[in-house]
Amino acid sequence: MEWEIVIGLETHTQLSTQSKIFSDSSTRFGAEPNTQANEVDMALPGSLPVLNKGAVERAIQFGLAVGAHVAPLSIFARKNYFYPDLPKNYQISQYEIPVVQGGSISFFVDGVEKTVNLTRAHLEEDAGKSLHEDFTGPHGESSTGIDLNRAGTPLLEIVSEPEMRSAAEAVAYARALHSLVVWLGICDGNMQEGSFRCDANVSVRPKGQKEFGTRSEIKNVNSFRFLERAILFEARRQIELIEDGGTVVQETRLYDADRDETRSMRSKEDAHDYRYFPDPDLPPLVIAPEWIEQVRAAMPELPRHKRERFEQALGLTAYDAAQLTMDRDTSDYFERTAAALPNGQAKLAANWVLGEVSAALNREEREIGACPVKPTALASLIARIIDGTISNKIAREVFAAMWSGEQGGDADAIIEARGLKQISDTGAIGAMIDEVLAANPAAVEEYRAGKQKAFNSLVGQVMKAAKGKANPQQVNDLLRQKLG
Amino acid sequence: MPLHNEFDSIASLREALRARRVSARELATSALEAAHARADLNAFLHIDADLTLAEADAADRLLEQGAQAPALAGVPIAHKDLFVTQGWRTTAASKMLAQYKSPFDATVVSRLQNAGAVSLGKLNCDEFAMGSGNENSAFGPARNPWDPDAVPGGSSGGSAAAVAAGLAMGATGTDTGGSVRQPSALCGVSGIKPTYGTVSRYGMIAYGSSLDQAGPIARHARDLLELLDPMSGFDPRDATSLEACDGQKNEPGRIHAQFVSAAREFDAAGSQPLKGLRIGVPGEFFGAGLAPDVATAVEAALATFESLGAERVAISLPRTELAIPTYYVIAPAEASSNLSRYDGVRYGHRAQQYSDLGEMTSRSRTEGFGPEVLRRIMVGTYVLSHGYYDAYYLQAQRVRRMIVNDFQQAFAGQCDVIMGPVTPTVAKRIGDNREDPVADWLADIYTLGVSLAGLPAMSVPCGFGGSGKPLPVGLQIIGNYFSEGRLLALADRFQQATDWHQRKPELA
Repeated sequence: MEWEIVIGLETHTQLSTQSKIFSDSSTRFGAEPNTQANEVDMALPGSLPVLNKGAVERAIQFGLAVGAHVAPLSIFARKNYFYPDLPKNYQISQYEIPVVQGGSISFFVDGVEKTVNLTRAHLEEDAGKSLHEDFTGPHGESSTGIDLNRAGTPLLEIVSEPEMRSAAEAVAYARALHSLVVWLGICDGNMQEGSFRCDANVSVRPKGQKEFGTRSEIKNVNSFRFLERAILFEARRQIELIEDGGTVVQETRLYDADRDETRSMRSKEDAHDYRYFPDPDLPPLVIAPEWIEQVRAAMPELPRHKRERFEQALGLTAYDAAQLTMDRDTSDYFERTAAALPNGQAKLAANWVLGEVSAALNREEREIGACPVKPTALASLIARIIDGTISNKIAREVFAAMWSGEQGGDADAIIEARGLKQISDTGAIGAMIDEVLAANPAAVEEYRAGKQKAFNSLVGQVMKAAKGKANPQQVNDLLRQKLG
Repeated sequence: MPLHNEFDSIASLREALRARRVSARELATSALEAAHARADLNAFLHIDADLTLAEADAADRLLEQGAQAPALAGVPIAHKDLFVTQGWRTTAASKMLAQYKSPFDATVVSRLQNAGAVSLGKLNCDEFAMGSGNENSAFGPARNPWDPDAVPGGSSGGSAAAVAAGLAMGATGTDTGGSVRQPSALCGVSGIKPTYGTVSRYGMIAYGSSLDQAGPIARHARDLLELLDPMSGFDPRDATSLEACDGQKNEPGRIHAQFVSAAREFDAAGSQPLKGLRIGVPGEFFGAGLAPDVATAVEAALATFESLGAERVAISLPRTELAIPTYYVIAPAEASSNLSRYDGVRYGHRAQQYSDLGEMTSRSRTEGFGPEVLRRIMVGTYVLSHGYYDAYYLQAQRVRRMIVNDFQQAFAGQCDVIMGPVTPTVAKRIGDNREDPVADWLADIYTLGVSLAGLPAMSVPCGFGGSGKPLPVGLQIIGNYFSEGRLLALADRFQQATDWHQRKPELA
């Protein structure tokens, strides 16, 4: 039987506010345990939460960026469950009425565009951390420590519809979402520090079946690679289970990266009754249209708008435009390069950024911000292709030299020093052609007998004689003339 | 006898303090002695002479400025042990927090301190403010100064008892379903619960967050004004505190100005100062459950208002009885979640014996909480549970909105204020309802609706009842939102015409 995988993602993005969502303590990562927890974060008696407007504004930005409905009124609710690193023993979240409703994310998978709808995105607070390992109590006994520095860190939980059909799609979605929140500056995107965490809801069904299969929720996936592996493992597990006559049970599973497998954490039967109810400490979150407009005005140009502009105003292909708008630094790099070139040459700039530049960056595992060839330098190189000084092929050689800093990374100086200037002197090319024709009478005969192949071979001979520096178009034209 | 009892009001005490005829230290010293002498009342839970005297000395230094000194400089008060304090322990009268000390002061505490008031310590109450008789205190019941065998009411029982016994000029209380008004009534003192949102809840240990509101208890309306005005005001640390009250900035001075303007209005009306005032009297407040002695005293009070020119209007608050189940769904629901933080992990009582995490939490809580708190946590957990939420919690919220509408309908056309009893009976004897907790719940019938609606309301002494020793009866005065100043001015008129608030229990 042919199986289809159905995936929906719930992504916790840590919002980039200076202070916590309901208190004024710092959200900085990596401080000494419990040094960034005040009376609110520690849930001391009498403390009360006060909403951080910065977190709301980041949620609004996200809502606008994905074309969602930003709710004029949303409600904070308490999600009640006991756990030692959850100081109030309830989490303040949004339940029935979230701040961001709907919206969608578009991205490319294997060159094909895919759009995934979002169900919602809601604001909530993070819990603290339990330190089980390497922790000893005051008398040296093995013990569990609680670090509340993270407690109260603002999160935007972004929930997708179950619209992804392969692990590759899920990863592409997660990457697109990641680049969007980083683009907007609402999340630092640091996955090692847990700023961007995905839970995957995975189910399988026979291809063609309408109803969804029973899903399991995989938690604790903190890299794109693990996300892909976890989904692949889980889908295979479910398919094998069903093919062996078993049934999938609804449960929460934990991904173990070391063993590359998912393990049952708790089943639906053990699921908590969270006893959600509206938090009486927090009035409904009211977002007036003026507030939304204020936020919109302060936002960077959205990737999808940039994409449209790249396609329509600069004439790029949809694919190139999408690739260039995966992150803000790349699009900035591209725009600065294109801006330094004559109008109509953006396509060439895009080819270079997505081709040579990105290949070199990948090879050296560098971010585009740390690219040794700056946009203006790249533009001066491309300009030499446009004006016929060098061929595209020679330009690659120049680029490599620029990358390693030769001649201070100056394209013209490298071309000069290496003598790479294209020969466009008709006389010099004519002389070389004459030599080649004299040395290859057989080929000349064949050409005259109508064999196109012979012509190509003659062009190759001329280029070889010119050490690649002759202008290929000129060579063609002159050769044809001389063969009359 | 504490020195402050020689003064019949905070205003006259202030005059003496500013004239340096008496010092804050003298007042504090004598008040602390009296508190020790009346330890039998069990009104105080924590006294620390050093802390109090340090505050008194600071007040004395401020008083050197004479008329420039803060309004309450040197005035001895005390706080319900539900307000967190940096100096004194804060226990919420619970074993759970028996040793707890807060790293910060409640806003109410710091505001009164900034106004110069000197704190004598922390007052007994029902555990986490859950109760109507102060019998649910882990540190034993407080006693009613009128009869030590009677309850002082609750949950702010210690506050009312301390003021009634003359141990403090005033005290802070909290009112979730009547916890300021009811003990004030049963102890023969005056108390006011302001509109929800006028006083900050920051640092007030939460019971039912959508209902909890702090208010002062004192001998009479003028002293209540002295305490409530500086307590009130927007607090950026409490998201439910209001920035504005009916278009006016919520800040100290608002209630005072309203009082002054109402008092002037009454003065200008001459011999019929309350002419034109329509008093709504809900028939539901005078039903079968109301004891005759209470009814008689309340009727007499209404007659006094009529003699002052007010008009009595019969109104209906049809959901008065429904307020009981509504309140006892919403308040426990919120409490079950508010009290989750007491788990023995970070602070508070932790069980000695446990085998795992779950057991540590459940044992710590079972041991740390008293029976009434456990009962309400269980009720609250139940009504929020999957499958019951709609039938209980949501339904209660619907009824709550209807109750709000009932009051608004009355205020819209029928009356300016609503009056009636605070309690169905005078104070019960300690232990009477021990086997029947629901009887206590039912006795909250006249105060719960106001709390659910978030309206301001007060209790003023209006007579005595009881079969043995005379026990006080309170009159409840309910106003529309943000009418605290006007209510106090009305109560003040009543107190100019009566002397119930001047009666003092015989010293046992």
